[in-house]
Amino acid sequence: METITKDLLRLATIGSVDDGKSTLIGRLLVDTRQLFDDQLDAVAAASEKRGVGDLDLSFVTDGLRAEREQGITIDVAYRYAATPSRKFIIADCPGHVQYTRNMATGASTADLALVVLDVAHGLKEQTRRHLCIAALLGVSTLVVAVNKMDAVQWSESAFRGVFDEVQTVARELDFADVTTIPVCALLGDNVVESSTNTAWYEGPTVLEALESSQAGAWTTSRQGARLAIQWVLRQPGGGRTYAGMVNGDVVRIGDVVTLLPALVTTTITSISVGGAPVLEAGVGLSIDVALAHETDAGRGDLLASSPLPTVTRDLDATICWFGDAPLRSGQRLRLKHTTKTTPVKIVSLNGVVDIATLRIEPTEQFETNEIGLVTLQTADYLVVDDYRENRVTGSFVLIDEVTNATVAAGMVGRAAFL
Amino acid sequence: MTSAPLLARATDHLDLLESHAIFILREVVAECERPVLLFSGGKDSAVLLHLARKAFAPQSLPFPILHIDTGQNFPEVLAFRDATVAAIGGRLIVASVQHSIDQGRVADPGFSKSRNRLQTVTLLDAITEHGFDAAFGGARRDEDKARAKERILSFRDGFGQWDPRQQRPELWQLYQGKVNPGEHLRAFPLSDWTELDIWQYIEREHMALPEIYFAHERDVIFRDQMWLAVGPFVEPRPGESVERRVIRFRTVGDANCTGAVDSTASTLAQIIDEISVANVSERGATRADDRFSETAMEDRKREGYF
Repeated sequence: METITKDLLRLATIGSVDDGKSTLIGRLLVDTRQLFDDQLDAVAAASEKRGVGDLDLSFVTDGLRAEREQGITIDVAYRYAATPSRKFIIADCPGHVQYTRNMATGASTADLALVVLDVAHGLKEQTRRHLCIAALLGVSTLVVAVNKMDAVQWSESAFRGVFDEVQTVARELDFADVTTIPVCALLGDNVVESSTNTAWYEGPTVLEALESSQAGAWTTSRQGARLAIQWVLRQPGGGRTYAGMVNGDVVRIGDVVTLLPALVTTTITSISVGGAPVLEAGVGLSIDVALAHETDAGRGDLLASSPLPTVTRDLDATICWFGDAPLRSGQRLRLKHTTKTTPVKIVSLNGVVDIATLRIEPTEQFETNEIGLVTLQTADYLVVDDYRENRVTGSFVLIDEVTNATVAAGMVGRAAFL
Repeated sequence: MTSAPLLARATDHLDLLESHAIFILREVVAECERPVLLFSGGKDSAVLLHLARKAFAPQSLPFPILHIDTGQNFPEVLAFRDATVAAIGGRLIVASVQHSIDQGRVADPGFSKSRNRLQTVTLLDAITEHGFDAAFGGARRDEDKARAKERILSFRDGFGQWDPRQQRPELWQLYQGKVNPGEHLRAFPLSDWTELDIWQYIEREHMALPEIYFAHERDVIFRDQMWLAVGPFVEPRPGESVERRVIRFRTVGDANCTGAVDSTASTLAQIIDEISVANVSERGATRADDRFSETAMEDRKREGYF
């Protein structure tokens, strides 16, 4: 398996409102000197204007007028940081339940989730919901910042209590790698610099945990290479090449691949990146390939190496429903999967997830922000992998046919913990 | 096979950013009926155009190039625009703010006053006139706190407005570009690039840029805490003295609201060194248009600005 370079890590912050996600990101950016003087001045001026002290670090990422007025995060803010060992793309996600769709937007492409929770309140229901969504989205690595340690006088036993809660939920949700850290985001303890207030803690700071994390890129997979065809390029002299982004595993000249759903086996005869020929291309690269055989391949088709994905019109899937109106069986929508868009019918709702117990409860409809199991039937054939095997060929969105709004995030199959 | 070019080096962050941008360009072209690429002649739109050519090579660009001309541009930038478009055989559409003023669509703010905000009307009129349903822009999320919130495919209603509280969820890389007639999308393939990424990429790709990005001598005056180049759109006011200094421009906007920075960086390598240790942001150092208020960019974007 080819893994892309580890020098770019995508992370999403998750957790409940007011536990300090934006403040932690603000502290991380300030203490690693990612902010320019004028940006810091602007944060200080905004803090003074709203009477929230000298420097409200949450204003570093809460950039919208409404966010600053209400003191909450409404939508994802993307921030960028670089340290000598890594580049980070940080999606600072909102905590409120009504903005769950925005949290899912930020977490869908994350390699790692940075969880922030308040030591005095432990794991709130909303944090649990976010963890459940992150787990469903396939994020398997967590860095957990147990925040506001100053408010409990840096008590080890208070930290241990939350630590145990985190361990329990991490086991329930099958997270593979969890690092839990006592911090004070406001004062900076254990964020970038080790704290002198937590002599009993010997683990890494938040920055050290992020820099040393072995979380793999979200687009890698153990199950063969995939290239969803986006566009057909006509070459001088009459040939055609097929453009798309490599996913799953590296693609090499000479690879035997199968064009799906047509089920035509052929060989890759050339690869280029941005018009320049190469012998192989790793995951995450946009390429175009030539094939040994004449095919009528086009947008929406998929080239795959073994083991092959499944060709189907009938899907069992897990969805997060974001629509304002409830979802019911029988409803018609559009579905976008890789580069293919097709009409889809909700055949049945097979139960809604109770976030507290992770049990599947019978239901007539999914309310906004509920997670549930569905059976779908599409008009056109799809070429899918189970989401646990491949986050690109295993994911889809549902689209409202009238407004074109994206109303659900869908994952093929069902997580083992459900 | 040893003579064939081999991608021997590890895929680095510039490769990933480039590939992501190319992926977005191809998705939008495939999903939308009439896309257009917004081009200002600045470094970001130069990178965007470069990526667009790579995305569709060896075919020609599958969309036209639109320049919103305020009539207050640096002449070096217009020359670069024309040379770049000619070199790739692109189709250039110029939409003029002066024309919008002449037609009574917007009021003339007066000699040497900023036409920055007026561009929105000219841009939206051009989008309507040509029936564009998607416009590629070179905006980056690291530029401004409102931009940091925006989706890669950003929906605009029938009035061209952005509603930051009701953005479409944007999951994985499933960019869905369907809009109803009269609505359109803005697509930002450079969303995840930083200023430093842009300069490193320009150096790696040996790209050309307008000369004003590199250090040169120029007559300037000090106004609004910035060095402004004396020229057709900036005349010294009483009490302002003209100085000759070695400067360069870190961003390219209108000649009357884009400040120069003191710099001797005359090569890309020197510019990268300078950016790496800068302690003032790109827009903070050089843009009078962002200094109106705390949420200047959000307010303009809501109206339909770039």
